[in-house]
Amino acid sequence: MSFRTPAALAGASSQPTVARRRATWHVATVADSRPETSTARRIELDVPTWPGNDAGSHLDVRLTAPDGYQATRSYSIASAGDGTRVVLAVDELPDGEVSPFLVHDLRPGDQLELHGPLGAFFVWTPPSADETPRPVQLIAGGSGVVPLYAMAAAHSAAADATQFRLLYSVRTPEDVFFRRELAALASAEPALQVDFVYTRRTPADWPTAAGRLTRNVLDTAAVPAASRPSVYVCGPTPFVEAVAGWLIDAGHRAGDVRTERFGGS
Amino acid sequence: MSFITRGFSGRRGERDPRLPPGQTLVTDWPVLSAGPTPEVDTADWEFVIRTENGSHQWTWDELRELGLEDIATDIHCVTHWTKLEMPWRGVSLDRIWESVETEHEFVMAHTYGGYTTNVPLEDLLDGKSWIAFEADGEPLDPEHGGPARLLVPHLYFWKSAKWIRGLVTMPTDDPGFWEQNGYHLHGDPWQEERYW
Amino acid sequence: MSRLDGNMLAGRLVEVLGWDATTADARCAQCGTHGPIALALVYATSMGTVARCPHCDGVLAIFVEADDGRVWFGMPGITALEVTR
Repeated sequence: MSFRTPAALAGASSQPTVARRRATWHVATVADSRPETSTARRIELDVPTWPGNDAGSHLDVRLTAPDGYQATRSYSIASAGDGTRVVLAVDELPDGEVSPFLVHDLRPGDQLELHGPLGAFFVWTPPSADETPRPVQLIAGGSGVVPLYAMAAAHSAAADATQFRLLYSVRTPEDVFFRRELAALASAEPALQVDFVYTRRTPADWPTAAGRLTRNVLDTAAVPAASRPSVYVCGPTPFVEAVAGWLIDAGHRAGDVRTERFGGS
Repeated sequence: MSFITRGFSGRRGERDPRLPPGQTLVTDWPVLSAGPTPEVDTADWEFVIRTENGSHQWTWDELRELGLEDIATDIHCVTHWTKLEMPWRGVSLDRIWESVETEHEFVMAHTYGGYTTNVPLEDLLDGKSWIAFEADGEPLDPEHGGPARLLVPHLYFWKSAKWIRGLVTMPTDDPGFWEQNGYHLHGDPWQEERYW
Repeated sequence: MSRLDGNMLAGRLVEVLGWDATTADARCAQCGTHGPIALALVYATSMGTVARCPHCDGVLAIFVEADDGRVWFGMPGITALEVTR
């Protein structure tokens, strides 16, 4: 009997997963900070000691107050690859302790302590030569798009021919993260197919009314279970749990669905 | 190794001289849970006390019939927040303990969901604790421990076990869940008994 | 507070074990099922971080971080995990 053991880890006892990049503490310098959406900020960090990271991984940011009090929070990394420039997209939580500081108070030149890269499970890497490629279905709820965007960008950077689809549930067009980059990836080769679900307000001339992602929309927009896609779901916990449930109901195997819950409601 | 982050001051509530050391005043009621919220129907609910001499059981109605009282008390969470003069309604442990006899000096509180916490018997009796059904004038929400929780307000609030199911007496002060994992066996906020 | 995936334990596991054990296969002491720690359900509050078995909800591991920097780590609910550092 096992947990929903992902297919990629089946046979793990004969092929142990090797951590490709050890996680350590780094000092990062803010290179740039700009609005991403009305509530989120894109922060670019220079991290000279960064070993690079896989698409989908995260890091922990630790802040220290003058009295020694520390607060640590995890953030998904929007960038991937071997460079020392690390990109985050931080959404402000109304009652947050760390995100309001990162969104409003952080300035270029400021330094942050980071722990990473972390999380070897919720990552996508291009299939190796002897692997049978599988289509990839990414499902994002709001700021949950960050690690999935990293995967889509890594897919393009590797010129990987795997079919990639992103189903992105978002409140309004102004809440879309990496809007221009996603549009560029959608028109590049190999293409990323992006389907948006607008839950509060749609763009003008949108064929459907605004509304939450439903099981029906998921069934029509996602790669079908019969194609055995690797599925990655990321967003607020209730969103992720609802979507994961629908995927299982639609015939996807539990081991083929990887989730990253962001907490919250 | 850590350096002070420019501009970060952390979250600080108001300081108040009525508070135990290290506490700050809050007006909301934070929810802290170590697991899924149990859903218990009062029709199935029971409260058990087990001693070396046997056990006693009460249904929802039977326990409440022992007599509900209203109290206003301060509560102190080890995570530094304090609520002052919070209204509660429940049955005093003194009334429940009238039918109980034991030589044991310590108690382990057991809950729906499996959480445990240990309390000396002398910290439960003589007007120091209740089985509480209401807070802030409303029946306890499941996320705050409803339908009933132990209330031991003179100790840190992790001792006020949510979703209380029963009390088991014991001859030694064995550690409950948080006490096994770094938290103080006793938990007196005025002595700042937070950790081992 | 709502729950998170075990993948979010990566930073803490690196601090206490020295390696990212989220992909390590671990066996639940309560029900006997096993799988990657990344699949645990994690309840994180300022009281502590509790990882639970996704099959039976049994407590697998607990992290407590005190304000003064002290840290406690318990794995009462994991009988063993495969070391994949």
